[in-house]
Amino acid sequence: MIEMHDVWKTYADGTEALRGISIKVNPGDFVYVVGPSGAGKSTFMKLMYREERPTKGQIFVNGFNLERLKQRKIPYVRRNIGVIFQDYRLLPKLTVFENVAFAMEVIETPKRTIKRRVMEVLDLVKLKEKAGSLPTQLSGGEQQRVAIARAIVNNPAVIIADEPTGNLDPETSWGIMKLLEEINLRGATIVMATHNKEIVNTMRKRVIAIENGRIARDEQRGEYGYED
Amino acid sequence: MVASIKFVSKEEGLKYLRERLGESGKDLLQGFDGDNNPLNDSFTVEVKEPRDVADAAAAIEALNNGQFPKPIYKVSYGKGTVETMFKVTEIIRNVGLVLVLLLAITAIFLIANTIKLTIINRRREISIMKLVGATNSFIRWPFFIEGALLGLLGSIIPAGALLYGYWALLHTSQLDLSLMLIKLLPFSSVSYTLAGLLLGLGIVIGVWGSLLSVRKYLRV
Repeated sequence: MIEMHDVWKTYADGTEALRGISIKVNPGDFVYVVGPSGAGKSTFMKLMYREERPTKGQIFVNGFNLERLKQRKIPYVRRNIGVIFQDYRLLPKLTVFENVAFAMEVIETPKRTIKRRVMEVLDLVKLKEKAGSLPTQLSGGEQQRVAIARAIVNNPAVIIADEPTGNLDPETSWGIMKLLEEINLRGATIVMATHNKEIVNTMRKRVIAIENGRIARDEQRGEYGYED
Repeated sequence: MVASIKFVSKEEGLKYLRERLGESGKDLLQGFDGDNNPLNDSFTVEVKEPRDVADAAAAIEALNNGQFPKPIYKVSYGKGTVETMFKVTEIIRNVGLVLVLLLAITAIFLIANTIKLTIINRRREISIMKLVGATNSFIRWPFFIEGALLGLLGSIIPAGALLYGYWALLHTSQLDLSLMLIKLLPFSSVSYTLAGLLLGLGIVIGVWGSLLSVRKYLRV
């Protein structure tokens, strides 16, 4: 599903973010990416949805070689990847319904399909009643659930979540994790970067630790392994 | 070279003159009837290109050669005036062309800047569009539409002003240019082409301006 072969990333200012990363994530996997701040986690995540490009190495997502891909094909690859951020990234002037529908409108889905499918995912994230609310009227946890709804509305095979619980209190974080687990059970591959020790240690999924731009650990049913 | 030739008898000439001068000419032209008509029979020759008028006049004048008495009393075409007018229009045309170019470039940059601001304003929206897999053209076309509309809007106003100005010029009684042997083109034959050209140019400038900003600030 996701493969990286000897991936290096050096930024224009000379920062070496990644130094020879090779991984393989299988379909249906749930993977935690952990590691100290500035160790290269974010770069690692960004490479998977082609927000950044590696200086060296090959990346495969859903069978596409991201480095050999023609520029105009990228949108079609992204349609199969749902991305979730720490800061939700909702459009403040659109309602909950419109924010989720937006992801379908921009890939030119028929109106009727959009209405049906958006209500379906809003039901899944338990926000059907808030469909007409604006993001500012929602709590942090609710906003993140809208973002998750937007990420999964087009049925992507892969979900990339970059610290999705970073701004949430423990209880709300658990609600988000339950939701992600359910999405994983429905078949999506999930890669999630996190600093949440409790979640990683309780869920016991595969854990990839990145330190100094290299893979320090890669364990099935792993632990968080840091003291922060 | 010649577009049309029209014979005007001296009676018709007098009638025409009476019409042109109206009330004020009533006394002046009194008693000039029948055998008293001081005018000559004449031919009104119209040339296709204004530039040919001097050549045509010379050719007509040449018909007098070797004949006595001269069958043609006088060839009049606004000699001197026509040449000066050509010089003046040429200068106006060249200066105008330079002005049009300068203004077009300014307009392109102004529109490019407006589009740039719109792009920056909608940065968040655009990044989300890219993230969920919108195609480049889907993201770009609204900016081209906006640029085209700005250009169109910017050309409607001057086009309107210009057409109104020309219309007003044609309908001024003070400046009766038809007396000077030089005719202005009728309104309908200029207005559509001119308006179309102006609006088209506006749209081209608008799209061009958007293109500059879209290519620079909308890296996809």
